[in-house]
Amino acid sequence: MTLITQHGAKDDAFTRIDSLEAARTAKGPVILPLALAAAAGGDRPDGAFGLSVPATTPVEEIAPFFDAAEIIAVEFPSFSDGRGLSLARRLRRAGFTKTLRASGPLIADEFADVLACGFDEVELPETMANRQPVQQWMAAKDAITDHYQTGYGERPSILQQRLAARKGATP
Amino acid sequence: MYRYDEFDERFLRERVAQFRSQVERRLDGSLSEEEFKPLRLKNGLYLQLHAYMLRIAVPYGTLNSKQLRQLAYIADTYDKGYGHFTTRQNLQFNWPKLKDVPDILDLLADVEMHCIQTSGNCIRNVTSDQFAGVAADEVEDPRPTAELLRQWSSLHPEFVWLPRKFKIAVTGAEHDRAAIMVHDIGLKLKRNEAGAVGYEVIVGGGLGRTPMIGKKIKDFLPKDELLAYLEAVMRVYNSEGRRDNKFKARVKILVHETGEEEFRARVEAEYAKLDGPTINAPAEEVERIAAYFAPPAYETLPEQSQALDTARAADPALDRFVEQNGFAHKQPGYIALTIALKEIGAVPGDMSADQMRAFADICERWSFDEFRVTHSQNLVLPHVRKDDVPAVFAALKAAGLASANAGLITDIIACPGLDYCALATAKSIPIAQAIAKTFADEARQREIGHLPIKISGCINACGHHHVGAIGILGLEKGGRENYQITVGGDATEHASLGERLGPGIDAEDVPGAIETIVSTYLAEKQGQESFIETVRRAGLEPFKAGFTDFVASRSSAQEAAE
Repeated sequence: MTLITQHGAKDDAFTRIDSLEAARTAKGPVILPLALAAAAGGDRPDGAFGLSVPATTPVEEIAPFFDAAEIIAVEFPSFSDGRGLSLARRLRRAGFTKTLRASGPLIADEFADVLACGFDEVELPETMANRQPVQQWMAAKDAITDHYQTGYGERPSILQQRLAARKGATP
Repeated sequence: MYRYDEFDERFLRERVAQFRSQVERRLDGSLSEEEFKPLRLKNGLYLQLHAYMLRIAVPYGTLNSKQLRQLAYIADTYDKGYGHFTTRQNLQFNWPKLKDVPDILDLLADVEMHCIQTSGNCIRNVTSDQFAGVAADEVEDPRPTAELLRQWSSLHPEFVWLPRKFKIAVTGAEHDRAAIMVHDIGLKLKRNEAGAVGYEVIVGGGLGRTPMIGKKIKDFLPKDELLAYLEAVMRVYNSEGRRDNKFKARVKILVHETGEEEFRARVEAEYAKLDGPTINAPAEEVERIAAYFAPPAYETLPEQSQALDTARAADPALDRFVEQNGFAHKQPGYIALTIALKEIGAVPGDMSADQMRAFADICERWSFDEFRVTHSQNLVLPHVRKDDVPAVFAALKAAGLASANAGLITDIIACPGLDYCALATAKSIPIAQAIAKTFADEARQREIGHLPIKISGCINACGHHHVGAIGILGLEKGGRENYQITVGGDATEHASLGERLGPGIDAEDVPGAIETIVSTYLAEKQGQESFIETVRRAGLEPFKAGFTDFVASRSSAQEAAE
């Protein structure tokens, strides 16, 4: 797996766990499936854990873990399935402020959208990262400077920039 | 017309560069074919039966002469010298080469045009009333709304990977010429009792293999809340629309399976959680856009034009043209003219590069440098001085653009069908040509009156056959092309879906079947009823009976011949 943030590649501190047994014995930070979180989360020796959730999960089922989870990894079944984007928006709106990760076979061309919807990082299968190395993700991220939609990403939208320019022009 | 500012300009140039790099990354293997396909589709590039097809957005159907001249240049340089106007008010080139496409996109960007989201599972080109700003029955001009939505829907970070395509139409008039009842979202500008302007919001209409009339999910949405409300609708659809079966993935299926009440409740619940003011367009921005659509500098003229009246009296062809293709303008002394791209025997919606250049001159000189594309694959000169109509008619005639058949039985909508399309199961253009030839006689067309025929070459219904007063659907049956005939469809505010008259028939029998349907209409017609009015009053039975007799006579004729 390759992890990419808006600043480039990053080492993954988390190990994925898929059983209660493994949750008890694994060293270091782990990512648990949502289904195991209630049972296993409290057993973690150092307390730190993350959650893996399918893109179809209702926010209400994830919200109880907002305090405990260090990270939420939303699983994208395919690069062309946009449900995870809406889930990210809802997670942010519901108050999750820690790391949000998009996991799955995404393509560099959607990196800017993934970031704009509230994700911090993308976790790619190795096969994808080989075809589309980190440099392509960095280039794709900046392909379009501004967007029209207000409330997405850190830059003000085109509509807001027009408004600001207009106010600046007429003091 | 809207003009790009520096933000629009940079956005579009960067989008072209992005596509150019996507083509390069496909060629060097960074992108697989499966990954590249939706990227090229979101840029309007299809792989068709014989070649690539490039679909160019004509936002809400509005163009100027400079843009049309550029389209003519592209047609001559990169295609076979013509373009094809579609039922989404767009323009398609049927023969571009993949390697040329980035250059074509640059040429389009030079005239503030693009192919963004003319295909793919995203929000498509927003369509509107071709008589926007012209019609007297308008509450408010729908174009500023359509332009705001064009911007808002362009490369939307959250809604670019929807379950399926998503089409939005806007009308500002009482009489619906934008077919809002058969769109994923239909918006109608209206006034509430307090006199404030807002939108009626229709969701879940659509044609295709499961045609449905949309449901009204909001009776009155205050105008300034539009973007936040649409974000709520889109988020519910993006999250919950079906992705297990592409034939059940449109929002109409979600609305249908969820139920109208429950769907509305989910949208309202999402909307309640949104912070509207941080999403909606600032009032200043709405005003900035609206200012581009201020009426042109009309002259103050009398309603009646002596010059036109005299010329009409002297020239019966001009008289027929104005009678049939003229549309009342709210400005005294002006008229809107429909240019039917439906010469008898021509391909519906096709326009040659020479015609484009001639028409560009006409619109520049006589219609404030603006024209419209209609969803009936016709064009409109929106603001012509009545005094100028004789000169305009002469110029149109010289360019082969003066067909006086707008709205008549020979003004047929047809999808590209098996002549071009990879999805088609049957031909549609030759069927349209055969019907047009059958009813070529002008006096007979006028006697039959308003009769929209719509032809689709497969169940995806690009030719809108479900809402044709007469609809024709071409299928493949036992290795032969087979055509189902429906009657009673309507895309206006009286929206209804046509019903089948009987079994499918062979291609060569279609003109005869239309003859039979027309005979039934003329026999049943009372007073000044139009075709669709007669169908609504008399019901389908007489049409079915006539059709059944026709089918029987054809099969006995075939037996006798064998």
